Amino acid sequence: MAITQDDVVRVAKLARLALVDDEKERFTAQLDNILSYVQKLDELDTSKISPTAHALTCQNVLREDIERPFESPEAIMENGPEIEANAFVVPKIV
Amino acid sequence: MEPAQLSASELSNLLKNKEISATDILDSVYKKIESSENKINAYISLTKEQAYVQAKSVDKKIALGEKLNPLEGIPVAIKDNLCIKGVRTTCASKILKNFIAPYNATVIDKLHAEGCIPIGKTNLDEFAMGSSTENSAFGPSRNPWDYACVPGGSSGGSAACIAADEAIIALGSDTGGSIRQPAAFCGVVGLKPTYGRVSRYGLVAFASSLDQIGPITKNVTDSAFLMNVISGYDSYDSTSNTVPVPDYTKSLIPDIKGLKIGVIKELMGSGTSKGVRDAIQKSINTLTSLGASCEEVSLPSFEYAVATYYIIAPAEASANLARFDGVRYGYRSKENETLVEMYEKTRSEGFGPEVKRRIMIGTYALSSGYYDAYYLKAQKVRTIIRDDFNKQFEKYDVIISPTAPTVAFKFGEKTKDPLSMYLSDIATISINLAGIPAISIPCGFSEGLPVGLQIIGKHFAEETILRCAYAFEQNTDYHKQRPALT
Repeated sequence: MAITQDDVVRVAKLARLALVDDEKERFTAQLDNILSYVQKLDELDTSKISPTAHALTCQNVLREDIERPFESPEAIMENGPEIEANAFVVPKIV
Repeated sequence: MEPAQLSASELSNLLKNKEISATDILDSVYKKIESSENKINAYISLTKEQAYVQAKSVDKKIALGEKLNPLEGIPVAIKDNLCIKGVRTTCASKILKNFIAPYNATVIDKLHAEGCIPIGKTNLDEFAMGSSTENSAFGPSRNPWDYACVPGGSSGGSAACIAADEAIIALGSDTGGSIRQPAAFCGVVGLKPTYGRVSRYGLVAFASSLDQIGPITKNVTDSAFLMNVISGYDSYDSTSNTVPVPDYTKSLIPDIKGLKIGVIKELMGSGTSKGVRDAIQKSINTLTSLGASCEEVSLPSFEYAVATYYIIAPAEASANLARFDGVRYGYRSKENETLVEMYEKTRSEGFGPEVKRRIMIGTYALSSGYYDAYYLKAQKVRTIIRDDFNKQFEKYDVIISPTAPTVAFKFGEKTKDPLSMYLSDIATISINLAGIPAISIPCGFSEGLPVGLQIIGKHFAEETILRCAYAFEQNTDYHKQRPALT
């Protein structure tokens, strides 16, 4: 077993997903299958190899810190599921 | 022939000679959509109103005798993970069902500047995660060659609409094969450019180090024309590249004498269906008869590509999809006591099973104690895969393979076992990990379904793969064969 149901429950919590019981079972079996397959990578010796995050050289891109107005901020707000006085409303936090 | 059945370059000539109007073309394409959509389901939404406004302004330009851009007045279908200002952008997900994009993707701005006319948003696997469009919250698209078969994915809607003449050209996105595999399954041309060639600004992010936008077209010529429009540096995408953009249509030369071609040995074995292998073998003969030299090359890292990809892509996806929390846009679950409850319910109700699966794989691979064993390991193997290609490109101009190990499969055939679906991307995934360009072109038929030939080039060698693809296309007629659509 590459992964247990406890792992799945832990990971779902980290990912902010609430799973129902049969999802827990199904995902455990499927993730175990996938992660077991992935262990194939252990066949390769990578001790002397450096990791690649991007296939092409990537570097920090800097620009002047100049304000660029967005043409229609109201179009952003209109997508909000619940808005009030130009703010996004969420359930009580504290 | 109806206008919708023609290619962009053919229509462009008719427009210039005033033999047709942009409105005529649009009429013809929307008529096709009307008659075929109940069978194909290529589109999630149409942008008819804006399209006709644009067509009228193109027609006005023609009437005034003004010079037209090469793709001006040509209807283009847009994958529904690309933002068009004021238009619904769903990513085929319930969580974005009502999301109206507040800005244009850079490629959309470029299409507008050219005078290209977006006609609708095409279907995909939810958030571009899948190989069949079966993961769409809006129902799957069907393959125009056989309605019982998938069109491929994730850009299945874009490929199907081109095959069914429901658009003249289309844009897709490709993270592990999502342009090339559906192009192969639907018998059309799909090109994934070099990473960084086309700006990703306004493409809803799936796996940021792998995603790339590219053209899906009826032939290689249209692919070159569309590449000219969408390529180039963009300050809004920090991974966008400053390498100068050539005129890709200059690569449309039917001459490959002396071209050195490597054929990937690992993809010509028993893992690939006999029908596909036969079609590729015949393609090799064609290329050889045109003066190219073909020999087998071994890329041992191919065996590890799917495993590497299914760590890296989900890891990046789990981070990218964290933004869908029900706060600023998209679906929000009702009646929540706490913020965390709102996050959890929103995401559980809003995402489909494949997206949840990948978020969990990615979260697991990045979580404390597993990072080195999974994510770091995969990144190291990614280096091996990239170096493997670079080494072969010292000897060969292009490398070829089948685009997919089989022709289009049947609905439901792979949905029960996610891993079997993942393995159907075996031929395309390495290319994204290496960041190199590749094109899929029609190269034959097996079981009555199209087979795709994948032509791979080194970084920024789009011109070489386009030339090879063009030479092949000019000497074959597979791209001219159309589905019956009965």
